[in-house]
Amino acid sequence: MTYITHSESETEALGAEFARDLPAGAVVALYGELGCGKTAFVRGMARGMGLDCLVNSPTFTIVNEYLGERPLFHFDMYRLGSADELYDIGWEDYLGRGGVCAVEWSENVPGAFDGDEIEVRFEKTGENERRITIGGGTKLC
Amino acid sequence: MLILSFESSCDETAVAVVEDGRRVLADEIFSQVALHEIYGGVVPEIAARSHLEVISLLADRALEKAGVTRRDIDAVACTYAPGLIGAVLVGVNFAKSAALALGVPLIPVHHVRGHIAANYLAYPELEPPFVCLAISGGNTMLVDVRGYTDMSILGQTRDDAAGECFDKSARVLGLGYPGGKPIDDLSKRGDDRAYDLPRPTVNGGSPYDMSFSGLKTAVVNLAHHAEQTGEPLDKPGLAASLCRAVSEMLVGRTMDAAARLGYENIAVAGGVAANSRIRADFEAACQKAGKTLFVPPLRLCGDNAAMIGAQGYYEYLAGHTAGSDLNAYATMEL
Repeated sequence: MTYITHSESETEALGAEFARDLPAGAVVALYGELGCGKTAFVRGMARGMGLDCLVNSPTFTIVNEYLGERPLFHFDMYRLGSADELYDIGWEDYLGRGGVCAVEWSENVPGAFDGDEIEVRFEKTGENERRITIGGGTKLC
Repeated sequence: MLILSFESSCDETAVAVVEDGRRVLADEIFSQVALHEIYGGVVPEIAARSHLEVISLLADRALEKAGVTRRDIDAVACTYAPGLIGAVLVGVNFAKSAALALGVPLIPVHHVRGHIAANYLAYPELEPPFVCLAISGGNTMLVDVRGYTDMSILGQTRDDAAGECFDKSARVLGLGYPGGKPIDDLSKRGDDRAYDLPRPTVNGGSPYDMSFSGLKTAVVNLAHHAEQTGEPLDKPGLAASLCRAVSEMLVGRTMDAAARLGYENIAVAGGVAANSRIRADFEAACQKAGKTLFVPPLRLCGDNAAMIGAQGYYEYLAGHTAGSDLNAYATMEL
C-alpha cells in the first residue's frame, strides 16, 4: 500500500492510523534516508496506540521505551553496523515483552528479522512530500 | 560527606570522589571514543564490555588520587537513567555492589540532573533558582531549576537533540564523528548568512519546545541538491549558518524563560555547550539582559562522574536513596 504525505503532521497522522490496531509482538521495520519522516511516523504510532508520551529520536540511546498497556519500543539502528549488535542490546527480550517494536534504519541490520516484519519505506519525492510504502507482515495483516 | 560516584551511560566510563557536592577530590575518566571511531559510532556490546573492563580499575585509581580509603566513603552514587541500557547497567550494578560491600547508602542520579550539577562544581557561588539549558548528543532540555532536586522541564526537543543535529549534518558534509567540533571549526571560516536555514517551531506543547529535525533535513536537502546539480557547496558557510540557526533557537528560548521567571542566573550544561557560537551568543545576550551566565569548563561539560557525585549529594540530602533492587532505564523523565 502506498501513501503520499505532504507534511510532517500528515506523516504523523498516517503513523497513528497504521498503529491503531497493531497486535502485540508486531515488528515494524522502517527504511529511508535522513530526514524523511521516520521519527514523525513513530510519534504518530505512539499516539495511535494511546501512549501519551514524548517521542523523540533514539539515535543516541539506540532504544526508547514508551510504556503503557501495549508498549512501543522505538529502536534506531543509525549507529549500529550489523544485526549481531541488535541482538547484543537484548532484541529478543524486547520481542517477548508484549509490545510493538518500531525499528528506524533497518537497512543497517540486514537479516535481523524473521520475515514476518511489516516494512515501511520512506522516499523523498519533494521538499516536504514523502512516498510511504507499507508492506510485508504476511502473518499479521 | 564523601561520595564515590559512577557514570557509564554512553562512551565514557567515569568514577569520581566528591566532597559535599562541591569539591572534586578525584575525577577519573576512560573514554571509549577511540574504540568506537573504528566502527563510526557506539557499538553497544563493546560499550558495555569496555565499561566492565575498566570500572573496577578506575574506582581504585579514583580512591588513590583522592587520597582516601574505601572506609572513608559515606555514600555511593550512580547514573541510573537515561542512556544506552547495557552501559548504564554496568555502572548501576557496580555501584550497588560497592554500596552493599561498604555498608553505605546508594543514590540513583538522573544523567541530565548530573549535567546541570556540573555547574555547582565549577561555580561555588551558584545556587538555585536558575534556568539551565542542557544540550548534548542525546538531550536538549530547558530546565527550571527551582531547587537542587526540585526542577521541571520548561521545554525540550520534540525530535532530534541539538548535538544529534550537528552529528548528522557533519556526516552529510563528510566530516567526522562526533560532529560538533568539526562543524564548529569549519564554521569559523564561513559566512553565517551564506544559507537561509529554517528555525522550526513546534505546534502545541510548550512555547519552549524545540525541533531540530527540520534543520537537519534542510542541510541534507542542500547537500543533495549540490550533489545532483554539480553546484559547489559552501561547506564553511553552511556550517556557520547551521551554528547560527541552532544558537538562535537555543539562546532566544533560554533568555525568554529567564525573563519570564525573573531569574538572575542562567546556566548551560552538556557537551554542546562547547560550541563557540552558542557560548558567544549566550555571553552577548546575558550581558545585554544583565543576567549572569554560568558555563562549566569543557572537561565538566562532557560526561563525567564528578557531576554525578555533585548531584548525588543533593539527592541524598533530599532523601532520594535506593535499595539493591535499583534498575537501570534507557528512558526516564527528569
